[in-house]
Amino acid sequence: MSTTDKDNTGQDRRQYITFLATGQEFAADIMAIREIRGWTDTTALPHVPDYVRGVINLRGMVLPVIDLKARLGLGLTEATVKHVIIVVNSGERTIGLLVDAVSDILTVSQNEIQSVPDVMRETQNDYVEGIAVLDGRMVTLLGMTKLTSSFGGIENLIEHAA
Amino acid sequence: MDPMEAIKQTYYQECDELLLAMEEGLIAMENGEADSETINAVFRAVHSIKGGGGAFGFDILVEFAHIFETVLDLIRSNQLTPTNEVVKVLLRAGDKLSDHVTVARDGTGEVQDSEVKEELARLAGEDGEGGGSDPAPADFEGLTFTPMMIDLGDEAPAAPVIEDAGPAWHVRFAPHAGLYAKANEPYLLIRELAALGPVEVTPDLSNLPELVALEPEQAYFAWDIVLRDCADKASVEEVFEFVSGDCDLEISEWVPPAAPVAAEVIADGAPEVVVEEIATTSEPQAVEPTVANDRKPAAANLAGPAAAAETVKQTIRVDLDKVDRLVNLVGELVITQAMLSQRILETTGAQTTIGAGLGELEHLLRELQEAVMAIRTQPVKSVFQRMPRLVRETAAQTGKEARLEIEGEATEVDKTVIERLGEPLTHMIRNAIDHGLETPEERVAAGKPAEGTVKLSAEHRGGRIVIEVADDGRGINRAKVRQKAIERGLIAPNANLSDEEVDNLIFLPGFSTAAQVSNISGRGVGLDVVRRNIIDLGGRINISSVYGKGSKFSLTLPLTLAVLDGMIVAVGNQTFVLPLSHIIESLLPKRSDVKQFGSNGMLLNVRGVYVPLVSVGRLLGVQGASYDVTNSVVILVESEGIGRMALAVDAIVGQRQVVIKSFEANIGHIQGIAAATILGDGRVALILDIDGLVAGCRESAARSIEYQQAAGA
Repeated sequence: MSTTDKDNTGQDRRQYITFLATGQEFAADIMAIREIRGWTDTTALPHVPDYVRGVINLRGMVLPVIDLKARLGLGLTEATVKHVIIVVNSGERTIGLLVDAVSDILTVSQNEIQSVPDVMRETQNDYVEGIAVLDGRMVTLLGMTKLTSSFGGIENLIEHAA
Repeated sequence: MDPMEAIKQTYYQECDELLLAMEEGLIAMENGEADSETINAVFRAVHSIKGGGGAFGFDILVEFAHIFETVLDLIRSNQLTPTNEVVKVLLRAGDKLSDHVTVARDGTGEVQDSEVKEELARLAGEDGEGGGSDPAPADFEGLTFTPMMIDLGDEAPAAPVIEDAGPAWHVRFAPHAGLYAKANEPYLLIRELAALGPVEVTPDLSNLPELVALEPEQAYFAWDIVLRDCADKASVEEVFEFVSGDCDLEISEWVPPAAPVAAEVIADGAPEVVVEEIATTSEPQAVEPTVANDRKPAAANLAGPAAAAETVKQTIRVDLDKVDRLVNLVGELVITQAMLSQRILETTGAQTTIGAGLGELEHLLRELQEAVMAIRTQPVKSVFQRMPRLVRETAAQTGKEARLEIEGEATEVDKTVIERLGEPLTHMIRNAIDHGLETPEERVAAGKPAEGTVKLSAEHRGGRIVIEVADDGRGINRAKVRQKAIERGLIAPNANLSDEEVDNLIFLPGFSTAAQVSNISGRGVGLDVVRRNIIDLGGRINISSVYGKGSKFSLTLPLTLAVLDGMIVAVGNQTFVLPLSHIIESLLPKRSDVKQFGSNGMLLNVRGVYVPLVSVGRLLGVQGASYDVTNSVVILVESEGIGRMALAVDAIVGQRQVVIKSFEANIGHIQGIAAATILGDGRVALILDIDGLVAGCRESAARSIEYQQAAGA
């Protein structure tokens, strides 16, 4: 099933799941999301940046969990049972994204998406696909491919961290 | 994959099995078990390989297989005695046939088979031409099928009478269903007869039932064939040689009847009539090969003999991924069950019916897990079976005489282990012959039989498989090994080594006792590589040797690579798994045994030898780990790279088999961590990679030195 369909104005519409982290609202394409589960304690990995919180057992798969807040440079999330791990599929990789809460499902047309302001590009461009403005809310759309390739390429990050 | 390619792949797989069967039979023959069952098995194997090869146009392979088959056929029909000499040629021919298959599969290279071919031809020639009677499937090519109405009425057309006075034979040929099941084709046999002389063929349809009662798998036809101008009864019999067990056959001298009832003349080179007749009388078994395109007969031919070949256990081929998924799922089930039991028992206590039910469930799950793991296992036979050939070749190259004894080839191990066993075994066996065995003259002088024995055995021992390669050769000359090791600076001249330690020196990189590098041992692969392979498999290798009597290499390997024997250790708030294959011992160090070394290095005195001591907690930055090594348990490990090292951990939790879960696909490689596993409580524990840890140690030591230098500057 595709989440891309045409509305009556002929625009591409895609569904996003939105979630909260650091008080901001982010969104990811619903098709990239495999499941959403509660926080469980992770097993820490050595020699990784602090935003890699470690690994959990996802029904036999060893899943790395990345702290979105920490990834954005805003400090570690103090995870509680109310926190959520969004399991994201992208290409070959599957990773978990630690966020504060899941909030909504959005359907967004292409014309509702603004590109990232130039001044922000330096820091955000890696994984921000665009910004959606809906009913006065601003939602940052995360590009899962970019997100997981920058998060998932942990070995590169490890080298940077070392 | 295009269907033709898929069929080819099936053919190659069949070939592998057939080659194994052939090799097995030939070795049985070598050991003097030349009963008809064995010879037939070998013959069938070669025949089937040839048949399939013909269908794919592997002409060179077919040509070779044909001569090979001819010789085997002579043996089968007791025209040639399988003496030692003959069997030796057959074994070589088997090797060549295997090469032909490899060349056909890879599409590159060529096989130097002329010598063997000549020998085979000589064997075949001794008792006349044995070939020519073979229904090669290649002959199917180019046949076309045109349905034609023929009159099946009560009165058969009267046959023209052939005026001929030469010797003639009457052949009554009534195939059984088995003949079709083995993909034989009456038409080809009759055509073969037609090549001998003019034939009159009369189909006997009297057994043909009503259409509704017709069983497609049964055989209803018989043929009466009159063959003229053929003096030689033997060549008539030869035509039917392949099908002798699968038909009623009578060959008698033909006396012209007063009034021939029904006969159709088939002139030489006009066999279509028969084809059409078979086709139109709706005999599916016979029709299929003739109507199919060039692919079909191959498939039929492959399936036929293989299926009928032996009363082997039935097997199916399954994609390994599917099995892996199953293994994984069952592993999860077991863990989930363990978690569930724990929770339920905590809340309700064991005295409830739920507790009993859980016990039952656990029992079943264990059984299920074992059964599922067993799917991945296969007998070591598949890798052992390649070794007799290796022994023959190596012995021939080194001018030695060697015999291979195999034991325990039915021992089952995980497929992944088997796949990776071939290389180290090959090397060890080569080594045993090249270095271990003496030349025949030397052996005789030493009072041994000229032929050396290499023994290869496998057995299960305590959840692991032990594979031994033993030879009755000269054994390890410890004085010489010691001398070499000193020359190469591997040990100190005054080192005091036990016999075992001296023997183990031969595993060191760059070590070779051979006075000169031969073309067998000089391939740049030493025993150090063998040991590396074995350790990569999670195994150990040991050697024991008696000078003058021989050496024995013992490999101890895990039954599967999916599971690892591990020591579970606690470090801070984390649990780690250390592969047991690396662990030498664990000890509680005294404060006085720990010495500061350099700025932040430590050495531990283990019975007089100082080994580097490293805190796992500090190395991996584990929170809450005790960095005071004198309060720790120390585990002495051995790594390929750096030798021995002492790892300090907080506590040893226990020893357990753990299921290995790779996470590289999701995370990438992390230095010092080999993989992960899931513990009984569902939590992930990391499996330490000792070599990586050591390397990490070195780097961090180097970094700290740089840092100090930078700070000092």
